[in-house]
Parts: sequence; C-alpha cells; structure tokens
Amino acid sequence: MAITGPSGAGKSVLLRMVADLDPHQGAVRLNGIDRASQPAPIWRRRVAYLAAEPGWWHEQAGAHFPRRDEAETLMPALALSPALLDQPVHRLSTGERMRLALIRTLLNQPAVLLLDEPTGALDPHSTTLVESVLAERLRQGLILILVTHDTDQAGRLGAERWHLESGRLTPITT
Amino acid sequence: MNPILLTPLDLLIAASLVLIDAIVSIQLGLRLHRQLIVAAIRCTVQLLLVGYLLRFVFRIDTPLLTLGLILLMVAIAGREVAARPEKKLARYGNQIAGLSAVALATFVTATFALATALRPHPWFSARYAIPLAGIMLGNALNAASLSLDALLSGVLRERAAIEAQLALGVRFRDATKPLIRTAVRRGILPVINVMSAAGIVTLPGIMTGQILAGLSPIEAVKYQILLMFLLAGANGIAAVGSAYFAMARLTDARERLRVDFLS
Repeated sequence: MAITGPSGAGKSVLLRMVADLDPHQGAVRLNGIDRASQPAPIWRRRVAYLAAEPGWWHEQAGAHFPRRDEAETLMPALALSPALLDQPVHRLSTGERMRLALIRTLLNQPAVLLLDEPTGALDPHSTTLVESVLAERLRQGLILILVTHDTDQAGRLGAERWHLESGRLTPITT
Repeated sequence: MNPILLTPLDLLIAASLVLIDAIVSIQLGLRLHRQLIVAAIRCTVQLLLVGYLLRFVFRIDTPLLTLGLILLMVAIAGREVAARPEKKLARYGNQIAGLSAVALATFVTATFALATALRPHPWFSARYAIPLAGIMLGNALNAASLSLDALLSGVLRERAAIEAQLALGVRFRDATKPLIRTAVRRGILPVINVMSAAGIVTLPGIMTGQILAGLSPIEAVKYQILLMFLLAGANGIAAVGSAYFAMARLTDARERLRVDFLS
C-alpha cells in the first residue's frame, strides 16, 4: 500500500509505530502473530523501517554491510558501483546513500518493508531502478508500505492508495 | 620530624597576598576586588568550619557518624554531576545516574584502599575514611559529569545512526555502544593526563602537603602513587557507571531510543 498526505500528517510516525520505534497504543499482528509476543529486535528485522534520511554509524560505507559480497550482488541493479563501498559515507551523494540503505535493509530479508520517501532524492533513472527492484520483491511476496509524494509511484507499483490527514487513514479509489 | 605548626599571625601575613590581587583589581578597574575579598573570607570560614567538624567527627569516631557524613558528601557530589549537563533526563534521571555513579566509584575504591593498602584500626576509622572518600568523590564527580554530558549531548546527534541500527534489528545495547565508548573515554582522559604529568608538570597537592607536614619525600610519593591508582579506578567506575545508568534511562521495554525522555 502507498500512503500520501500533507507534510506533518504523521506518515513517518505511522511507519515508525508499525516498526515499534515510537511508543503508541494499539496492537499490530503479522500473519496472526502478535507483535508484543516477540522481542522488538526480531520484529524490526521482519518489519523493516527505512527512514527518509537513513543514519550511518561507521565511516566507511562498506562497514555497514556484514557481508560485502551479498551487498555487491544487489548493487548493479541499482546502478551502484561496488567501489562505493570503499568510500567514506560523507563522500556519497544523497541518492547513493538512499540506495545503499535500501540494500542494507533488503539484505535482512524482511517480510514487510516500510519505506519513507524512498525515491525523494533520486533522479528519474534511479527511481525506475528502485521501483523495479521493489516490484521484483513484491512478486516474491514482500509486503510494502510506502510513504510517497509521488502519486504516480503507487500506480507504477500497483499499490493500494491511502490518504492520511488529521489522524484518519482513508482509501483512495481510482 | 614534626610539622611546622602555623599560627593565626602566619595566615594573616599570607592574606596580604590576597590584598595585592585586590590592589591590582582596583588599579586596572577589573571590579573584582569585592568578589576577591568575599571569596577569600568564604574560603577561610568554610575551611575552618570543616576543620572543626572533622576534629569533632574524628574525636567521636563512630562508624554511623562517619557513614552519615560520607553519604552527605556523596549526595552533594551526585547533585553536582546531575546539574552539569545541558540536557536533562526525565524522572530525575540525571540525579539517579550521577548519584549512583559517584556512590559506586567512591565506595568501591575507598573500601578497597581501607581493606588492602591502608588497613587502619579500626578499618572504618574516620581519620582515614573521610579524607579518602573526599578525594575519590571529587574525582569521581569530575569523571561522571564529563561522561554524562558527553552521552546526553551525543544521543541527539547520533539519533539517526542509532535508530537506523534499531530498525535493522540490532539490539539497543549494541546500537548505543559507540556512544557509551565516547562518553567513557571523555570521562577517563583527565586522569590519564594527570597520571602522565604527575611529578614532571605538577607536584600533586597531597604529596606536597605531606612533605610540608614533615613526611619523607619517598613516603609521600608512595602515598601519592597509591592515590593515583585509586583515582584511576574511581574515575573509570564513575565514567562507566554514569554512561550506562543514563543510557538505561533512554530506552524502554521494547528497546526503543526514547529521546522524548530527554529535555
């Protein structure tokens, strides 16, 4: 599903709540299993949230990947050169960082992916590449919840569209 | 060798040096002379009071009174640690982290010294326990407040990095380890500087005092070495303690990073 809505409507907070990163009320279940019955880190591996501006905690880009060879297999599909892994993170462009962060998250093989403006900083070509990687994962059974300002993106990914405003999530019928 | 005892007249003569500062202040228009005189009088009154209080406590020398006085000192030090950082943790988090850290550091190192190297009779003798606890506290306070400040100011800066790891399923304690490391390092560095410079750049106060009081330099140096090692221990415990205690107040049962607990 794809969620649109005005800035400050709480789209990111909604994703963060589903990933159990922010305190909130209510229950969340995946395949009938209650989130509260699982340790939070295990839930977050399965229901992975990727922030609009992902954080980095090592100087070198490659250090964020436990297995470099796995990262390298996914990089060409997103037009990234494996040499980028040897660069310090601050030398990478915003778009390169976003795509690397997406790879970092996909390598965990999440069942649900919560993406916050994944293509906001990308040029049209990179956006197409990201969308085709996501479409491939969707075919393999990934559940995607996407916050986006790009209304066409939902259609390209064949997603249900929802609108979040004033604390209400309403379906958009097209 | 007996110490040279000072008379009130000796101190009065020394006080003339403070007057030199006051005259400098008036001549240069620093407007500091009033503060300077007040500070000198405060220093005299406070130290005399402490002297009489210690004489009283040493004379009575009951474990309960000794412990009470040390606890009071610990409480004041804990409050100082809590007040130093710009950021404050909710629900008295700064106070709890500061107090636990300095209390742990002081009790562990002071008891250790009293039970191993010093061994006075009785081991809780006020004459040894109170000055020892005082030195440990002063240093633990410094280390704990530096470490706490580094942690609390770092947590907002590193928020994106920590949450990115949490979102990948990393445990809270692993995601925050670099920040803990930075905070502890900040707390421990000063004692390393002091130990490296000891005797070359500075003659430590305790040692100087003991030499002036008539102890042989070698004996005074041995005391100073013991104290340095104890201080290193106290600094380490205080820095690690305040960082971990504070970090524990920044999370919840679901291993979230609760920056909303920080104001």
